[in-house]
Order: sequence, then C-alpha cells, then structure tokens
Amino acid sequence: MSQPTVKPELPKAADGPLKFIEERIPTGDFLKRNLRKVFPDHWSFLLGEIALYSFIILLLTGTFLTLWFKPSMEHVVYDGSYEPLKGVMMSAAYESSLHISFEVRGGLLMRQMHHWAALLFVASMMIHMLRVFFTGAYRKPRELNWLIGLGLLTLALFEGLTGYSLPDDLLSGAGLRITQGVIVSLPLVGTYIQFFLFGGEYPGEDIISRFFTIHILLIPGILLGLVTAHLILMWVQKHTQMPGKGRTEKNVVGAPFYPAFMAKGGAFFLFTFGVIALLGAFFQINPIWAFGPYTPADISAGSQPDWYMGFLEGSLRIMVPWEINIASDYTLPLSVLIPALVPLGLIFTGLGVYPFVERWITGDNREHHLCDRPRNAPVRTSIGMAGVTFYGLLWLLGANDEIAANFHISLNATTYFGRVMIFLGPVLAYIITYRICIGLQRRDADVIGHGVETGVIKRLPNGEFIEVHAPASEPMAEHIKGKKEIQRFPDTTADEGGVPAPGMRGLMGKMRVKLNHAYTADDVPLEEHHDGHGEQHGEVLAGEPQKGITRH
Amino acid sequence: MTDNTNDINEPGEERVPKRILGTPPSEGGYLVHGEQIDESREAPGIYVQDPDKARRTEKYIALSFLITFLAGIGFIVSYVVFQVGDLDSTAVSNATLGGTLALALLGLAVGITLWVRGIMPKYEITEKRKVLAPSPEQRSELNQIIIDGAQQSGLGRFKLVRRTLLLAAAPLGLLPIVLLRDLGPMPKTALRHTVWKKGLRLVVEGTGQPIRAADFNSPGGILSVVPHGYEHDMNALAKATLILIKLRPEEIQPPTKVENWTVNGIVAYSKICTHVGCPAALYEQTTHHILCPCHQSTFDATRGAEVVFGPAARPLPQLPIGVDNEGYLIALSDFEVPVGPSFWERGDAEKKVREGEKA
Ligand code: FES
Repeated sequence: MSQPTVKPELPKAADGPLKFIEERIPTGDFLKRNLRKVFPDHWSFLLGEIALYSFIILLLTGTFLTLWFKPSMEHVVYDGSYEPLKGVMMSAAYESSLHISFEVRGGLLMRQMHHWAALLFVASMMIHMLRVFFTGAYRKPRELNWLIGLGLLTLALFEGLTGYSLPDDLLSGAGLRITQGVIVSLPLVGTYIQFFLFGGEYPGEDIISRFFTIHILLIPGILLGLVTAHLILMWVQKHTQMPGKGRTEKNVVGAPFYPAFMAKGGAFFLFTFGVIALLGAFFQINPIWAFGPYTPADISAGSQPDWYMGFLEGSLRIMVPWEINIASDYTLPLSVLIPALVPLGLIFTGLGVYPFVERWITGDNREHHLCDRPRNAPVRTSIGMAGVTFYGLLWLLGANDEIAANFHISLNATTYFGRVMIFLGPVLAYIITYRICIGLQRRDADVIGHGVETGVIKRLPNGEFIEVHAPASEPMAEHIKGKKEIQRFPDTTADEGGVPAPGMRGLMGKMRVKLNHAYTADDVPLEEHHDGHGEQHGEVLAGEPQKGITRH
Repeated sequence: MTDNTNDINEPGEERVPKRILGTPPSEGGYLVHGEQIDESREAPGIYVQDPDKARRTEKYIALSFLITFLAGIGFIVSYVVFQVGDLDSTAVSNATLGGTLALALLGLAVGITLWVRGIMPKYEITEKRKVLAPSPEQRSELNQIIIDGAQQSGLGRFKLVRRTLLLAAAPLGLLPIVLLRDLGPMPKTALRHTVWKKGLRLVVEGTGQPIRAADFNSPGGILSVVPHGYEHDMNALAKATLILIKLRPEEIQPPTKVENWTVNGIVAYSKICTHVGCPAALYEQTTHHILCPCHQSTFDATRGAEVVFGPAARPLPQLPIGVDNEGYLIALSDFEVPVGPSFWERGDAEKKVREGEKA
C-alpha cells in the first residue's frame, strides 16, 4: 500500500493503551496483519454468525436465570403470587421458575429470550451446517472444522435436552420420562445407566441438580472451548468464498476486519439480540405456569418437544412394535432402540465421515477455498437432499397427531404413510435432486456456450427464425465459471497393459473406481454443448493429486 | 482459472483499479476523492462513498442512535413503573421491557448498518492466501525435530521406562469411573415391583379420595388412580399409577383376567405406557381404547389392554383388585409383571407367569 502523504495522528486516548500493550505483549505484526484481515461477503455466511451470537445471548440470559433458579427437587408448597397454583405441592425447581416468571421484573422476558435463543441457536447451526455441506466448504483443509462443528451440534442437542428439563413442569417432565424410557431400554447397561444418572429409580431426587450442572457448567464450558477452536481455525484458514470475478483459490476478496467487518458483525449481533428480545417480548413460549408441576402420573395433552427433538419423536412414533425376548430372560426393546439410535446414528455418523469418504472417492487432495455451487456436485447435493428429506419426514411425523387433527386424516394413516415414506422419500429426493442438478449444469453450459436468451427473435435471410443469444454478463459468467472439474479415475478394464495406481488395486480399489465413476458420471463440462457426458476429461491420473487448480 | 489469477488488483500494485467492477452496487461503486479522506490511503478495491450521500446518511444514523437512547430510558422507566405479580401485570411488564430492549438493540443495529453502508467505503480488497500445507523441506525439518527429541528422551531405548509408564497410566484412567460408582444404587429388582400390595386402597389422583366400587358405576367411566399414602411419592407414582375403567361385564373378553381381578366390570391397568413410560392418559369410550399421547400406542381395555396400534410392544399390565369390608377398592397384590418401559433384564415375564400358572 502506498505511503500516506499526511499522516493523521492517533488520538491520545487510543495511542496510550495501544502503546502500553505493544510494549508488554510483543504482538509483532499480529495486529497489523489481522486488523485488516479480509472477510468475504455472502448472505449465507451469516448463518454461522447467528449461531455464535445466539450462543452469547444464551450465556447472558442464562446467567441471569441462575441468579434465582433453585436446582432442587425438594417438595415445597407453593405460596407465590400466581393464584391458581397456591397451595399446590411442587418441586423447588418449579417454584423458583415460577418465581422468576412472576416476581422478578424482567425474569419472564429473560426466560422467554433464553428459550427463543436456544431454538435459534440450534436452527442456525443446522442451516449453517447445510450451507457448508452443500457448497463443499468442508473439503480440505476444513475437515477438522467440520468435525468440530458436528461436535458443537451434538452438544447443543444435549444442552437443549438438559435445559428443557430444568423447570420441572409437567411438559418438561414428559420429555425427561421419554429420555429415561430410552436409556433404560439399552441392552446390558440400560438399567445401570438409568440408576446412576437418576440416583436410583425414576424420577428420584437428583436429576434436576445433575442436569443443572451439566447444563450450566459442563456443556457450556466445552461449547465455549469448541467455539473458540472453530473460530480460530476459520480465522487461520481464512473464510471460503463464492466463485466470481477476481476470486480464485489463492485469494480472498472482501472487506477488512477493521473497520468494516467489525462494525457489520457488531450490527448483526445487535440484530440477532434485538429479534430475540422481540420474540421474548411478544411471543409466548413455554408458559410453565399453565402446565402445572410435574407428576409422573399425568401428562398435558398435545405435548410437543422443542423442535430440534422432533425428529426423534417422529421416529419413535412410526416404529413398529418389535420386541425380542432372549430365552425369556432378557429383553431387547427394538421398538425403542431402533428409532432412538438408528436415525441419530445414521445422520451423525454420515455427517462425520462424509468429507473423508468423498475425498477417497474423488481422490481430490487439493485445497478448496472456493465454494462449490450445489449443482456442480450432483451426487453430494443429492445425498444431502436425501438426508434432509429423511430428517424432515421424521420431524413432520413427530407432529403427526397435529397434522391428523388439522387436516382431518386418520392418525393411523399418517403413521402408515410415515413407515413407507421414510424409506421411499430419501430415494425420491435423491433422484429428483440429481436430475435437477444435471439440468442446471446443462443450462450453465448453455449460457457459457451459447449465451443467454434475449427474447429477441430474428429472421435469417433463409427465412429461419432464431432467438438472439447475448453473451452472459461478466459477473454471471464468472460465477458460473467457478465450476471445477471432478477428477475421474481411468477405467481399470480399459487399462492398456499398465498396472493400476496403488489406490485402485484389490477389492477396495475396484470399489473406489466404481464409486468414482458413479460420482462423476453425469458431469456436464462447461465449454461443451449440452449433449456431452463427462467422459472426456478422464485423463487425470488416478492417485495423482492435482496441484493447485486446473480447468479444462 | 488462468484468466482469473492475473487481473486481480493486488494492493500496492496500482493505485487505481483497472476496471469498475460490476459487483458493487452502482450507488457507491465509483471512486470519489473526498476532501476529508486522505487521498493517498485509497487503495485498489476501496471505493469511497459520495460525501454528499454520506452527510445525508449521517442524519439517519443519528436518528437511529437517538431511538436507542430513548428506548434505553424507556426500559428503565418500564422497570420502575410496571410491577409484576399476576398474569396480566407480568404480561404488561414483559411487553414493555422486551419492546424497549428490542427497540434499543435494533436502533443501534440499524444505525451501525447505515454507518457501514453509507459512510465507510465499499470494499473489494483482495488478500492472498498462503498454501496451508508445509513445503517438503519444512516437513522433513519438523520430522527431524520429532525424531531427535524422541531419541534424546530415550523412550525407545529404555524399555522398562516405557512399559512401566504405560502400566502406571492404566489404573489412572479408571479412577474417574470408580469415583462415579456412588452416583446411584444398583438396580437389583427395583424395576420389577411397585408399592401395590394386598389391601392397599386405591385413591383418586389429585383428590386422594378412596373409591367405593358401588359409586363408580357408570359404564365408560375412567379414573386416574394412585396408591393411598403415596400421593406425593414421585418414585412410587412413576410405577404404580393406574387407570381404572368401568366396563359392562359382558364387554370384557380374554385375555383380561376377571375372577379376583375385577370388581363388577371395574378393571385396573397400569397407566405407565409400556413403550417409554408416558402416562397413557386418553380413553375413548366408544372403542374402549386407551391411548398414550406420546407416540400414540393404543391399547384395548376390553382385551387385557393388548396393543392394537403404535410402537408399544406389550399390553399394559393389569392389577388384581377387590373391595375391603367398607366397600372401598383395594389392590389384591402387586402387579404380576414389571410395569412401564422394557429393559434388558425384564425378559418375557408374561410367559413365566403363564408357565407358573400351569405348573
Ligand atoms: S410412551 Fe406411550 S407410546 Fe411412547
């Protein structure tokens, strides 16, 4: 950067402290480099920020709540200001939750904001994760950050589960009861885990105080550590960017951290905070006084868990009643085990291993800093959509009673529908998404090859009518040209006497080649016309990681 | 991307961008040499705002910040003015506190956003990325350091050190697990029993009233019932809660147990769903179906509460009931089989009962 002619002075108030710090903590070039760090701009990059800000808001509102909350299951007789419950026996935890709601000014607001922020926290994390998945932003070098993110999501679910149980109202108790029922169903260790977790039989006297410690200390502590690691990695590796004019794998284009990104981030934090305050002010959530204190003998009708637990609820609901007795002495409650563990396991294991499996299939060892457009990785996008459909169906079925009531269908029909669709839906989603991706790729190839349709019809001297095509605008063309080829392994059968590369031998190697070919089967190259299949660019040697970036 | 890499304006490469980008919106996307901005600080990719527009924006920013100021005051005033206590007053306090808080935060947010967009320059700065992977030289240097260190430590040569170290570490890993042993008692047979026993009265949940068989006589009636003396014992209730249903004697079919189990068509089933333990609280009079609201397992009250729909795999256990000499309903024993959700050690308790009866 060129030297300034007139050097403006730093005001004393800033110069003093900065000097103080620089003379004691040798920051070296650190601040100089990092204050002007460039952050790319795209609306979808805000999703992770929403999660971060909701987390901060959760810490703030949660701390406020702990000032009054009593994590105790001791029996008390209510004598607070909420008339309808006067004289009712309840736990100290529920009583203190009522106290926060009715006797602490701003207490209800903080409770509602805490709950809304929690819903937003998990929602924004999930959508952020989908963004990262569908744009391939988890690829090398960001696999570790992907795994950290997955850990964050898992912990957030447990954080939600433990927090939901704390007020000890009738609704939260129903969630706890289901949790206990699932735990006790685990083979071999279930009863032991249940007795150790609850300090004896359900519900016992300990679970609230134990969940409290987990909810306010253990999980938030780990979350805080992982969030920090997540941000440091993002900072060091620099953010990915969308393809476009002037954006390459070797640069990052955007606004500097100081002052622009800092201010934008601050504003966005305030927006998030403001919206959560609005929700807390005007949209009632979890009115615990209406549910009454918990008793294992009762349940409030139409009880629904928080939205992020809905998929587990749905999978429990559509399960068939299977239970196996082993020699009449031991029981495997499959009607609980399968729905509680299999979807969760499928989704989380799938998310965890996907980056590595994909790297193995594509043999792609390059660093990726430009996001993929979802259409340009049709297999990934289709797998993602199949997963989303799987999750979405379970989630919907978690509310099948509401659906049945609202749309006047028989409840049992929704269950039977769910039992079929949970297998069929993802397959359909895969096929449809795949077709759409390939279609969109063709259109891109058309735009680059022929230009965009202008709607202007011209008559040629020979009498033929044609539509005039104009070349795509520069930003559009550059965005499309961000497409990167996916390497296709050479055919092992058509190998002219050569020995297959090391990664391609044996059964696993053959499978890898097969998967690779399936993965790259329908790629539509850009400069070609739309009739071409992707076979032409299979020349890259397998096992040879491509250096840097290439384009055909 | 050969065509892309070359036309980037690296900072310092040139003072003025080669091109006016199509990317930044046109309202601010041109270079203006504003008086108050040090001209020489303009670098490629920094597009200074039109000073007139910036002046105009300043007014809106000031307005936003002013709103925040007023809302902040408003929050404090609402805190003092609006008291809490009952539903209505709490709702007012909640809305005013939350409303002013939201207004204050959003005012600030809007102000800063306007500031970023209207006063700060637009940026299209390009920063180079370094390749993250180390060069082969760096790699081998690091490898050497690790090898050297390992050799100097002698861990490879002194086998005894290595082995005893591993040995020493093994029990340490177990300590935290051992320490957790006192978290709870062993399950033993606790899950197989409830507090019901011969002679214990059935009382209505909530009111604690004992039930006279003769008074509970309208067919289709249903009651939620708990054991007398355990009305507030959560652990007892979690297993012992019943649902009491009055049927016409002719409606009752096997495998419902009748003799010594029912009183004039009054049947008692465990209310704890055999799926994962929610109270199966809903009853449909016309079909005599007991429905669990959690995952909709449905049980047929006329047929020993067998499962007719849903994920529950076992019927709700039946409790044998009778009347005491005052005419009140009592239990005749505990449940024959464990109630509630299945667990590993449960086994086919029903089958064992059947075999026991035959023997
Ligand atoms: S607990 Fe009753 S159906 Fe699941």
